[in-house]
Amino acid sequence: MGVLSFVFSSSLGRKLVMAVTGISLIAFLLVHCAINATVFFNDGGETFNIAAEFMGHNWLIRTAEIGLFAGLLWHIIQGIWLTLDNQKRRKSKYGANPGSANSKWYSRSMGLLGSIILIFLVMHLKHFWVVSRFGMPHELGHLEYASGEHLENLYVEMVNVFQNPVAVIVYVLGCIGLGYHLLHGFSSAFQTLGINHKSYTPMIQSVGVAFSIIVPLIFAIIPVAFHLGLIK
Amino acid sequence: MGNTMNINLKVWRQQNENAQGHFEEHKVQASPDMSFLEMFDVLNEQLIEDGKDPIAFDHDCREGICGMCSMVINGRPHGPKGGVTTCQLHMRSFKDGDTVVVEPWRANAFPVIKDLSVNRSAFDRIISSGGYVSVNTGNAVDANSVLIPKDVADTAFQAATCIGCGACVSACKNASAMLFVGAKVTQLSMLPQGQPERESRVVAMVDQMDAEGFGACTNTGACAAECPKEIPLSVIANLNREYYKAKLNGK
Ligand code: HEM
Ligand code: SF4
Ligand code: FES
Repeated sequence: MGVLSFVFSSSLGRKLVMAVTGISLIAFLLVHCAINATVFFNDGGETFNIAAEFMGHNWLIRTAEIGLFAGLLWHIIQGIWLTLDNQKRRKSKYGANPGSANSKWYSRSMGLLGSIILIFLVMHLKHFWVVSRFGMPHELGHLEYASGEHLENLYVEMVNVFQNPVAVIVYVLGCIGLGYHLLHGFSSAFQTLGINHKSYTPMIQSVGVAFSIIVPLIFAIIPVAFHLGLIK
Repeated sequence: MGNTMNINLKVWRQQNENAQGHFEEHKVQASPDMSFLEMFDVLNEQLIEDGKDPIAFDHDCREGICGMCSMVINGRPHGPKGGVTTCQLHMRSFKDGDTVVVEPWRANAFPVIKDLSVNRSAFDRIISSGGYVSVNTGNAVDANSVLIPKDVADTAFQAATCIGCGACVSACKNASAMLFVGAKVTQLSMLPQGQPERESRVVAMVDQMDAEGFGACTNTGACAAECPKEIPLSVIANLNREYYKAKLNGK
């Protein structure tokens, strides 16, 4: 450990962890979003199930998944710690505090937005990750397609889960939380890594805004579309 | 005074570091051409005449260069205008009959001395931990023997305009001192004179910053928005970069 202990002990080290794990999560979201979007092919989930099968059984991806979970956990624990620690730095509060005068509300609410994501995440992992890793709880577990493919049917799991309006609402709220978390987090992570440049930074900011709107939007449309029966 | 303004002040009064503070209301008649500090001078003379305790506030140069005039005015360090200190703020930025709330910088690392006056020696300790350069004694070197590209000199100079006022800390929701430390580290790390201590400096200054009880930066940007010298957020990115490089080199 030695010199590397600064990632736990120094304020800059802890920020580095937030940024590196945050960017890894962004990379994960991109892949996850692309795979989910295959349900829009309206092919009864065949493409989606093939992709899910690959992701679930490829050893490289399963290994990366362990890293991702560790990173997510580190991001969450350190994020909560950072938020609580920072709150203690001003014991005496301001009488007048027009926060919006000098910063965006979502940049000041990363802990709250992260907690919204966390609530969604618990529900989400229970719905799909637990089911896909530890077996289907019901009869529709496997499905044979015209192509002869015989796959675990995670797609049908989506159809089932999104019958429930409560699940749809939590998913949409989770996506909104994610969108705002990224609206600050995406460009913030690059700033933390020390990348601030008069031509790169505006580019990073634009990509960040586009990512924070498009990716959560695609994620959010899926449960709504399933609920309304628009995806078959 | 041609057109007098009536200002309702709500001012923070606190006897000392450990006392419980409270807001106190005062009415002041001021000229629109007065600076915000001159308005306080008027109020204090009035208080002294009435046999009351005048309000303690810091000031020195009254021309925007010393950084002493720490006041949070209606929730904004140095008041509503960008790029100015309190001494450079004029009463014409307010309206007749306005209620104005005035508070000290609030951060655990800046304990209140009295009323609006806070102890900013935490900044001094950060500077003494690494904000210096080593120079040889003897004859002064010819200035032109050390070549510095213009853009580097400009960026270093911009960072060097930080007056150490602490508005960045007071504006930050985490009471983080990253803009201040970023400005100092940027200034010194860019110039040839700052090279010998480049890596040890950044580590020492960040360690001291953490030890003083400032919070961690979450890049909200409030500091740069409120800095009277308009020090940009890029100095924080630069501080991060310098720090990680020093750590990679095992410092
Ligand atoms: C897929 C989910 C998530 C993604 C993609 C994500 C992404 C990010 C990114 C990119 C940052 C910026 C890092 C930086 O400023 O250097 C960040 C910061 C942060 N995240 Fe997350 N995050 C996720 C989930 C969570 C969760 C579940 C929490 C739970 C508590 C959380 C709490 C935080 C906090 C407190 C910060 C620090 C705020 C700041 O420095 O501005 N995040 N996140
Ligand atoms: S960075 Fe700006 S706000 Fe902070 S101490 Fe320096 S001059 Fe003041
Ligand atoms: S009194 Fe010196 S900067 Fe205001």
